[in-house]
Amino acid sequence: MDLKTIPVSAWIGIVSAGLFAFAAIFAPLIAPYEMSEIVGDVWEPMSSEHWLGTDNLGRDLLSRMIFGARTTLAIAALATIVSFTLGAFFGMAAAVIGGWSDQFLSRGVDLLMSIPTLIFALVVLSVMPANILTLILVMGILDSTRVFRLSRAVAVDVNVMDFVEAAKLRGEGRIWIITREILPNALSTLVAELGLRFIFMVLFLSALSFLGLGIQPPEADWGGMVKENKDGIIFGIPAALIPAGAIALLAISVNLVADWILNRTTDLKGGRGGN
Amino acid sequence: MSLVLKLIAQRVSLGILLLFAVSILIFVGTQILPGDVAESILGQSATPENLANLREELGLNEPALSRYFSWLGGIFVGDLGTALTSGTNISEAIGARLGNTLFLAMVAAFISVPIAILLGLLAVRYKDRWPDKLISATTLASISLPEFFIGYLLILFFGVKLGWFPTVATVFPEMTLGARLNAVMLPALTLTLVVLAHMMRMTRAAILNVMQSAYIETAELKGLSSFKIIWKHALPNAISPVVNVVMLNLAYLIVGVVVVEVIFVYPGMGQYLVDHVSKRDVPVVQACGLVFAAIYIGLNMLADILSILSNPRLRHPK
Repeated sequence: MDLKTIPVSAWIGIVSAGLFAFAAIFAPLIAPYEMSEIVGDVWEPMSSEHWLGTDNLGRDLLSRMIFGARTTLAIAALATIVSFTLGAFFGMAAAVIGGWSDQFLSRGVDLLMSIPTLIFALVVLSVMPANILTLILVMGILDSTRVFRLSRAVAVDVNVMDFVEAAKLRGEGRIWIITREILPNALSTLVAELGLRFIFMVLFLSALSFLGLGIQPPEADWGGMVKENKDGIIFGIPAALIPAGAIALLAISVNLVADWILNRTTDLKGGRGGN
Repeated sequence: MSLVLKLIAQRVSLGILLLFAVSILIFVGTQILPGDVAESILGQSATPENLANLREELGLNEPALSRYFSWLGGIFVGDLGTALTSGTNISEAIGARLGNTLFLAMVAAFISVPIAILLGLLAVRYKDRWPDKLISATTLASISLPEFFIGYLLILFFGVKLGWFPTVATVFPEMTLGARLNAVMLPALTLTLVVLAHMMRMTRAAILNVMQSAYIETAELKGLSSFKIIWKHALPNAISPVVNVVMLNLAYLIVGVVVVEVIFVYPGMGQYLVDHVSKRDVPVVQACGLVFAAIYIGLNMLADILSILSNPRLRHPK
C-alpha cells in the first residue's frame, strides 16, 4: 500500500489513536505518578508539576488519565472481540445453514435490538455481579447483534457464489465453508466495521462508568473519572472535561480512520451498519 | 383504504407481539439468568435468614412462570409493584417522572427536528460544496462526542461562566411553563446536539436518494430553480423516509435522556432507573426497562405506520 495515498484526515486519526494506544500500553513507564497516589490538594490547577492539575481527591490527573486509557481501551477492545467473534460466527452460520436456525437467530436478534442497548444493559447489570468480566460479556453480547446483521447480510451474498457451490459439491463441511470461503470474502467489510464498533464500545463503557455501573473505583477509567470530577464543574473547575474530551478525541480519531477504510471498501458489500 | 388498514393492523399486532416478547426478555434477564437474584442483590456477606426473607419478598419461591404472569397481570391493571428499597408504589413514581422525561424529550425534538431538516436541505442544495462538507465534518465530530462532554461543556459555559441557565435542571409540579423551559434548556440543548447530526445526515441521504429520480431531471430541464425542485418535487417524495428518520431519532432521544438526566440531575425516568440499578432494586428496574422499551417500540411502530400512510401507492390499490 502506498503511504502517500492515505488522506491527511486519516493520518491525523492514525497518529492520535496511536498516541492513545501507546499511553495505554506503557502506562506505568510514562505516568509521572502512581494511579491512586495522593500528591496534592483537591482540584489543583494545571502546573508544571501536575500538567493537567489534580482530581477530586488530589491525585495527579495526567497519571490517572494514562492509567485510565489502559482500562478503557483494554475493556473496549475485549468487548469488541467478544462482539465480533459471536456476531460474525453466528451471522455466517445463520446464512450458511439457513432455514429454521436462520429464522430463530435472526428473530432473536431482532428482539434484542428492539430494546435500546443501554436500557437492556442497565436491566441486566442490576442483577449481575459488578465485575469486569460481566461488563465485557454484557457489552460484547449486546453489541454482537449488530455484527450479526452485518455479517449475515454479507454471507448471504457470498453464499450463492459459484466457488461456494463448488466447495459444497466437493463435500466440504459447514465449518470449512464459513472459515475458508465466506470469512475471507467478508473480512474487508468486517474490518471497516471494527473501528466503528470499537468506538461504540468506548462510548458505551464510558456511559456505564459515568452512571456508576461500569468500572468501580479506585480503578481509573475515563467515564468514571468524569463522574468523580463532575462536582467541580459548577465551581468552574474543568477537571471532568479532560477525560470526557479524551473520549471525544479518541472517538473522532478512530472515526477518521474508519471513514477512510470505509471509503476504500465502498465498492464492496456492506458499509455502515447499526446506525 | 382496506389495504392500508390491513397493513397498519399487521404492524400494530407485530408491535404488540414484540412488546410481549420484550417483557419476557426483561423478566428472564433479571430473574432467571444469574442463578439467584437474592444472592446477587445482597452480595456475599448475606446471612441465610436475609436471603430467605428477600426470596420470600421477591416471591422467588414460586415457579418462574407464575411469577411472570402475576407480574404481567399487574402491568395490565397499571400495578407495577412496590420498590424494594423504599417500599413506595412504582406506578406512582414512574407516573410523575415519565411526564418530566417526555417534556424534556419534546422540547429537544421541537428544537432539533426543524434545524435538522433545514440543514439537511441546505446540504443537498450545496452538495459537495463547502456548506455540505462543513456539515459533514461537524456531523462526524458530533457523533463522536459523548453526551456528558457536551453536557458539562454547556454547563461550564452557559451555566457557570455566563450564568444564563441553571446548572441543575430542577423542576417541580407548581412551576410555570416559562420557568420550566428555562430549567430544561441546557439538557434539551445537549440532547439536540446529540441527535442533530445523525438526523441531518439521514435527511440528506433520504432527499439525495429522491434527487436521482427521472422526474427531478425533468424538473431541472424545465428550468426550475434548485430550491424549488427540492421543495416541490424532492421533499414531498422524501417525506416518508424523513418522517422515519425523525421518529427513529425521537426513539433515540428517549434513550439518550438517561445519561443527560444524570448529568443535569433532572427528576425523570432515566435518573430513577439508574438510581435503582445501583441499589439493585429489581422491580423498579424491570418496570422502567419495560416502559422505556414500550416507548421505543411504540415510536418505531409509529414511524412505520406514518410511512405506510404517506405512501399514496398503497391508498389506491390496483
